[in-house]
Amino acid sequence: MSHELPYIAAIDEAIRLEMERDESVIYFGQNMATTENAPYRQAFGDDRVRVTPISETAEIGMAVGAALAGFRPVVELYMAEFMLVAMDQVTNEAPRFRAMSGGQVKVPLVLKAGWGFTAGWAGQHTGTLTNMFMGVPGLKVVSPSTAADAKGLMATAIRDDNPVVYFHNYLLTLDHGEVPDGEHLVPFGVADVRREGSDVTIVANAHMLNQSLKAAETLAGEGIQAEVIDPRTYAPLDVDTILTSVGKTGRLVLVDSAPRHSAASNVIAGEVVERGFDLLKAPIVQVTALDATVPYSEPLEAYVIPDADRVAAAVRGVLGTAPVGV
Amino acid sequence: MTPSPLDNDRLIWMYTQMVRIREFEERVKRTFEEYPGVIRGHTHLADGVEASIVGSVANMQPNDYVLTTYRCHGYPIALGTDTKAIMAEIYGRATGLCKGLGGSMHLCDPSRGFLGTSGIVGQGIPHATGAAYAAQIRKEGQVVLCFFGDGASKQGAFHESLNIASLWKLPIVYVMENNGYNVETQTHQEDANAAAGEDLSVKAKAYSMPGITIDGGDPVAVYETVGAAMERARKGEGPTLVESKVYRLSAHGNLIAPPGVPLHYPEHEAIAVFGDREQYEAALKGDPVPQFRGRLVNDGVMTNEQAEEILSAARDEMQEAVTFGVESPFPENDEALAYVYA
Repeated sequence: MSHELPYIAAIDEAIRLEMERDESVIYFGQNMATTENAPYRQAFGDDRVRVTPISETAEIGMAVGAALAGFRPVVELYMAEFMLVAMDQVTNEAPRFRAMSGGQVKVPLVLKAGWGFTAGWAGQHTGTLTNMFMGVPGLKVVSPSTAADAKGLMATAIRDDNPVVYFHNYLLTLDHGEVPDGEHLVPFGVADVRREGSDVTIVANAHMLNQSLKAAETLAGEGIQAEVIDPRTYAPLDVDTILTSVGKTGRLVLVDSAPRHSAASNVIAGEVVERGFDLLKAPIVQVTALDATVPYSEPLEAYVIPDADRVAAAVRGVLGTAPVGV
Repeated sequence: MTPSPLDNDRLIWMYTQMVRIREFEERVKRTFEEYPGVIRGHTHLADGVEASIVGSVANMQPNDYVLTTYRCHGYPIALGTDTKAIMAEIYGRATGLCKGLGGSMHLCDPSRGFLGTSGIVGQGIPHATGAAYAAQIRKEGQVVLCFFGDGASKQGAFHESLNIASLWKLPIVYVMENNGYNVETQTHQEDANAAAGEDLSVKAKAYSMPGITIDGGDPVAVYETVGAAMERARKGEGPTLVESKVYRLSAHGNLIAPPGVPLHYPEHEAIAVFGDREQYEAALKGDPVPQFRGRLVNDGVMTNEQAEEILSAARDEMQEAVTFGVESPFPENDEALAYVYA
């Protein structure tokens, strides 16, 4: 059984269910639960739900400490960029303790971070930061593209015994989707083939996934069948599913809203070239954002960030290099 | 509210732990000459700081937590962690406390409440504060001891954490070990309070919590002050900042050098950087270990013979730790990947 929910409400549903299931789950952050009537405070009490000052280093660092002491904190960060204020805690504290202790301690925590608000938020709140975190050993990085995955990945993140950066895309906030009732867990490290096709593989996530699916529709009208894959989790990264698809299509277009040299697509391209060079009939193409600070002005913002047209054009280019059937 | 008074056995226990820490650190330092290359990277010794460490942790109850800086050998020694495992860790061996993955800067013994360290100055303070939040939720009377240096009090992590701890009345005692130096920068060169002639404990005022400055060379004073603060925290009355004034008798750490250059402990910064031999010699005269020994002997708490026995036992123990460490095997390669994820 399932029910329809907006993406953002699906995340909430997962946090609520996990807090009901496990008393060690605590939830805190800025500007949340400021009154006794706030839903989370009403449901779970003042101990487990707290509003914090604007102190990212303390918030994330305290999550590390509470995790070391046996709890499962979820930190509400609102904007992914706020993690940059506390980069040491995210990349050089939380993921280090288990390894440095020789496995004596664990740090189960979730950093809930909204990203990619390319809706006039200008230069400092619109980043795609996946690549900054996916290469940090000890850290897991997930990024749901649908309401169902938003719920399932959050539940899995909370139950995971490691620090997890949970990215939720702000442009998808009100996108509705069918969400399974009750317990719903999406495993980490399993990509989702969102559309099957035989001519080209497109890998994309979140808003870029929606743009790619739109492009795939357009291309279908031109007789081009694109297979569209959502990695869903970047650490761990399911390279096998992408390689299997490339084995079928021989062509790969990677779509990423990060600037060219800080895009997760660089990592995927490297893995595919190293492990699947013989499968490729044409060079891999990366459709990334332009190397620019995202501008405020609407046409300029649109110019910097990839869209369905740019994805479709890239696919046509790849197929032009090695036409269908060769 | 004061902690329970120290009987003679407890005083002798405290002296014994101070001597064990001192002898351990001496053997770490000597390892650079005895077994060149066995210790890699950076070590930081607690010689001179023993009274502050032991006086503080003597107050810990079985379920309390402690988190410290990378200058971390002394705390687990006082808590009863096997010194063989600590030395083997510093030597990078499979038998080490953290299986050789952490080294000198990252000791950790959760079985004794020691949740770990951060090697990045100040960043462990929020960890300790988060453990105190956990303790507050759990409501079992746990208290957290958070150790850091004077230098760390210039980090945002310190200020953010103290604000929240006071706001939420968290059960934590912040023990700032002020050793007068941030590596080789003297405190008055980097701290506005120190430059104005004030104690660093005045920082507590900004967060509406008690701030107390004590002589960290007096283990009884440390025990009483930290103990009272812990009692206060245990009763739900919130955090305290204790500035424990100490003098580390060794340099900040061993020489920082690329591979191939033999490592050793340079002279203390007072002499090496500032040419102030007088300051260092005054610190040696005030060395807390012999001071406390003299006091206990004078007060009739122990005899000189007992003190010699304690010293001799500590030396034997640390010889065993060194021998165990150098004879222990290195970890297998697959250990490097075994603990990346839980």
